[in-house]
Amino acid sequence: MLLSLLIFLPIVLALAVTAWPQKTTLRYLALAGSIIEFAVSLVVLLQFDKTSPALQLVEKHMWVERFGISYFLGIDGISMMLVMLTTFLTPVIILASWKSIDERIKGFHASLFVLQTAMLGSFLAMDAILFYTFWELSLIPMYFMVGIWGGARRIYATVKFFIYTMSGSVLMLLAIIFMMRLTPEVTGGSISASILDFYKLQIPFIAGDFFTPQTLLFFAFALAFAIKVPMFPLHTWLPDAHVEAPTPGSVILAGVMLKMGTYGFIRWVIPLFPEAAEHFSWLFIGAGVVGIIYGALVAMIQPDVKKLIAYSSVSHMGYIIIGLFTMNSYGLNGGLYQMLNHGISTGALFLLIGMIYERTHSREIAKYGGLASALPFFTIAFIIVTMSSIAVPMTNGFIGEFLILLGSYQYSPWVAVFSVTGVVLGAAYMLWMVKRVFFGPKGEIVLAAEKDSHHALYDLSPREVLVLVPLVVLIFWMGLFPNQFMNYSKTSVDYLIQNKNQYMLLGAGER
Amino acid sequence: MSHQLLVAVLILSPLIGFLLNGVRFKHTNYIAAGAIATTAVFISFICSVLLFLDLVNAPENQRTIAVGFYEWFSVDKFSINAGFVVDQISSIMILIITGVGSLIHLFSIGYMHHDKGVTKYFAYLNLFVFNMLLLVLGDSLLTMFVGWEGVGLCSYLLIGFWFNDAAKAAAGMKAFITNRIGDAAFIIGMFILFFTFGTLNIHELNALAPTTMEASWLGAVTLGTLMLFIGATGKSAQIPLYVWLPDAMAGPTPVSALIHAATMVTAGVYMIVRLNPLFVMAPNTMMVIAVIGAATAVMAATIGLTQYDIKKVLAYSTVSQLGYMFLAVGVGAFGAGMFHLMTHAFFKALMFLGSGSVIHGMHEEQDIRKMGGLKKYMPITHITFVMGWLAIIGTPPFSGFFSKDEILWQAYSSPRGHVLLWVAGAIGAGLTAFYMTRLMALTFWGTSRVDKHVHPHESGSLMTIPLIVLAVLSVIGGWIGIPHVIGESLGHIPNYWEHWLSPLIAKMPEVAAAGEHAAHSAVEEWLLMGASVSIAGISVLTACLMYLKNTDAPKKVSDAFGPVYKAVYNKYFVDEFYFASLINPLIKGSRNLWYYVDVNVIDKATYKTTDLVRGGGSFVRSLQNGNMQQYALYVIAGAAITLSLVLMR
Repeated sequence: MLLSLLIFLPIVLALAVTAWPQKTTLRYLALAGSIIEFAVSLVVLLQFDKTSPALQLVEKHMWVERFGISYFLGIDGISMMLVMLTTFLTPVIILASWKSIDERIKGFHASLFVLQTAMLGSFLAMDAILFYTFWELSLIPMYFMVGIWGGARRIYATVKFFIYTMSGSVLMLLAIIFMMRLTPEVTGGSISASILDFYKLQIPFIAGDFFTPQTLLFFAFALAFAIKVPMFPLHTWLPDAHVEAPTPGSVILAGVMLKMGTYGFIRWVIPLFPEAAEHFSWLFIGAGVVGIIYGALVAMIQPDVKKLIAYSSVSHMGYIIIGLFTMNSYGLNGGLYQMLNHGISTGALFLLIGMIYERTHSREIAKYGGLASALPFFTIAFIIVTMSSIAVPMTNGFIGEFLILLGSYQYSPWVAVFSVTGVVLGAAYMLWMVKRVFFGPKGEIVLAAEKDSHHALYDLSPREVLVLVPLVVLIFWMGLFPNQFMNYSKTSVDYLIQNKNQYMLLGAGER
Repeated sequence: MSHQLLVAVLILSPLIGFLLNGVRFKHTNYIAAGAIATTAVFISFICSVLLFLDLVNAPENQRTIAVGFYEWFSVDKFSINAGFVVDQISSIMILIITGVGSLIHLFSIGYMHHDKGVTKYFAYLNLFVFNMLLLVLGDSLLTMFVGWEGVGLCSYLLIGFWFNDAAKAAAGMKAFITNRIGDAAFIIGMFILFFTFGTLNIHELNALAPTTMEASWLGAVTLGTLMLFIGATGKSAQIPLYVWLPDAMAGPTPVSALIHAATMVTAGVYMIVRLNPLFVMAPNTMMVIAVIGAATAVMAATIGLTQYDIKKVLAYSTVSQLGYMFLAVGVGAFGAGMFHLMTHAFFKALMFLGSGSVIHGMHEEQDIRKMGGLKKYMPITHITFVMGWLAIIGTPPFSGFFSKDEILWQAYSSPRGHVLLWVAGAIGAGLTAFYMTRLMALTFWGTSRVDKHVHPHESGSLMTIPLIVLAVLSVIGGWIGIPHVIGESLGHIPNYWEHWLSPLIAKMPEVAAAGEHAAHSAVEEWLLMGASVSIAGISVLTACLMYLKNTDAPKKVSDAFGPVYKAVYNKYFVDEFYFASLINPLIKGSRNLWYYVDVNVIDKATYKTTDLVRGGGSFVRSLQNGNMQQYALYVIAGAAITLSLVLMR
């Protein structure tokens, strides 16, 4: 019941905020609710046995008997980390939107909670159709979030986002149905959409032939996830969505939603189609390398801070894709860890940009300059998060990036050599931006603020400090004591690798 | 106190200092900030001394204190501990860092007292010491790398300390990014070594090394060490990544003394000495190191001849002296490299602080053309600077003489040495003597060219005491490593330095086979020593003549060399070259990349696809327009097609 509670408590909260009569206390209700939700996830964390790779806290009920669709929830180390990320970021986001969202706050909080349900559901569903339901459900609140509370070009951005993601998912649905039709082989006659039955399927794979079932299914799933990640060259919806989304939307998008894509690769693609995944790993790793370099170069020249961070996400997600497709322990553990890191550091960057946008209503780098003297505390926070983003040791970013690079070296030294350029380019685009925004002589915005008391710049408010402190604490905690976090997922990742290898041995034996 | 506690206090004390000052960074009380920071480093210094004494008292084969705190992270076969080692090499480093560091902190109280950001300054300085200690004490390449990047971060923050000046902020950024290029190579180097030896622990790597002698360029040890060396060229400002160091002079002068002269920039040399058993196994890497070191030593010295900014002269001098250290380790003279690292830390920190005292006394003037005759106004700064000058040009028996002489002798006599390396080193020594004398003459001696409105004054005792201590060290610091030939002739003075380090220094296989110094005689050593001292002497005399007697001679010389002079004065246009060939094309290319790939290809393709769908949709829609006649036509056409299909079968 615990996992159901975890998933559906936000829906209850969504209903509660909609029905809440008083506008002034609504935010407190939402915040309290999201903190309770976080507490529930902590209970799950405490009950979780990290030494076991098995699915835990399993709930399974038949849902549509005729098609073998079940309400099947379970959690392992991989899901655990992403669940924590989701429940942790939600209260932070609610607190951050305290001032910036002042229209239709009911609708906003309801959307946010529905989105939380959808994301948690995607991470916990162990039935393909259930997973697909949550996966698609996540689109709708996000669509509204960008479309209603977004910037000037919000409609263009949200439609682009919706169509991109939706068109990827349709093929996945076809693939799921195709696989369900295969399941009677392993269940003894009945159709099933359970991931455990899917895992048992031995889908034929022939290396040279593109039109074999495993390869086609692999690409159908992979396309859906690749768009969500987003992987180069399917990334162009992301900068638009990020720039137009309101701050909370950007944070949830970068922080959690992109991870649904990478999670999909770990949970579904790699274990279900290990041969195809291994056979085509070069394609994904290649796209990852291109993504790292391309994202970094293009981020460097963006005139808009938010777009710069959006492209930096493309670069960072490139690392994660490489980590996953090395399919070795370093790469997968590093990739998983980097998902959390990216959620925290990029989420924090979007929060910080949101805070400065609230004050100045501008995101244009060229108009800034000299902000550090005006806003010292804000600057410190920004630089700490920047260090995490460019993976300076003792911050969380370093551990993830290092492990991914280590794994990529094991895959092929050349991949590591090309990917490591991201270490340099990442420092280049971030520090150049920091220099133009915070350092140097006072820019247009700071000068205007000095003249006009209406636009006075004020440093971090207590509420904003409260938003940032948990993130900064995690940045160092995860950088200094990574084992405390990674120990939750290591067993599951090792199990995944071991199963994949076993599957491939079996497959070879049968042929 | 247990060693674990001692090491913990040693490392954490500056971190606590950083936090204490960091949380109250807006305060302007320089005494409080300085007292906290200086005490923090001084506590570390006491710990270092205690650890050092423990090592001295330990039997020779047990001079290693290893402490571990916790497992930092582990995945599969990769496991890294937060572990630290104090041994013969790192104990020297921590003494230099915390000792010279304390003096520089003390000096800073006087130097920075009028600065509004003084608390922030001391916080950064403490953070730097913390990271530098991690760097030298780390027991694995990765823990070393933590400090390695950490000092880079502090360097970034301190170079751009006066960040309202765009040029200074840019200098900080340039330092960080240039260093990151080296760091990227360092990471690859770690991977190569990890997948070859299965560990990144320094002790284990060194233990596994002796069986891996490599003649090829493409062997794992050669490539791995070469990559680490590229990392070192970034951190230690060698060709081709040295460009950040001269710009780094934008930071406060004590920072230049601590970070960009005495400690951080020597990290590359230290790293190689640390891993010397491994580097010895890769003669090709060693050759590259020696050649790069010698080339940097000469190149930077030539630029030093022409600069007018007192700090820029010292900066190029630092690049050049670091070149000597790399020359030393490149020919296998690891002890000599470390020795020069130490003496250089004394005399270069002294001269940087001295220049700080001059700049302070001259009210922020850095151009030596506007100085001259300062000896009269700043007697203590002058006399201590003279000690530094005598040390760096290699005057016997000042410290620089012993270390530099050892390097030059080894460059010639080591089996990995070459007479050309000696020649480069000797030319460098001559150039050094010349530009340092020029600096002395233009700053302290001769007639005053000081602006009428500027009234130079001597600095307060907070600043002069560190100068005096460093001056004493610059004089006597070399006496612990007196070369055998001199020691013998003076009556059996042993070379303490060599003896202290020897357990950790690997013998080159060639030497082990031939026996030490077998091929070279003492006469040779005396001759070369005489030659290098004479070269330096002649350079000093020439510089004195040019800058004190015939004061229009420098202009004549620079005119005579016209274009060459211009190229040297402008640092061979290397910055311009990097900008034109690398940075500008990268930025321009990225703009095009974004414009063509994202906007014109990917988005266009998306629009085309959606257009196609929409076009298809509107075509289908136009079929069902509600027109009855048209529907009748479809029915008839359909019937006709069906019928014809049936009939034709």
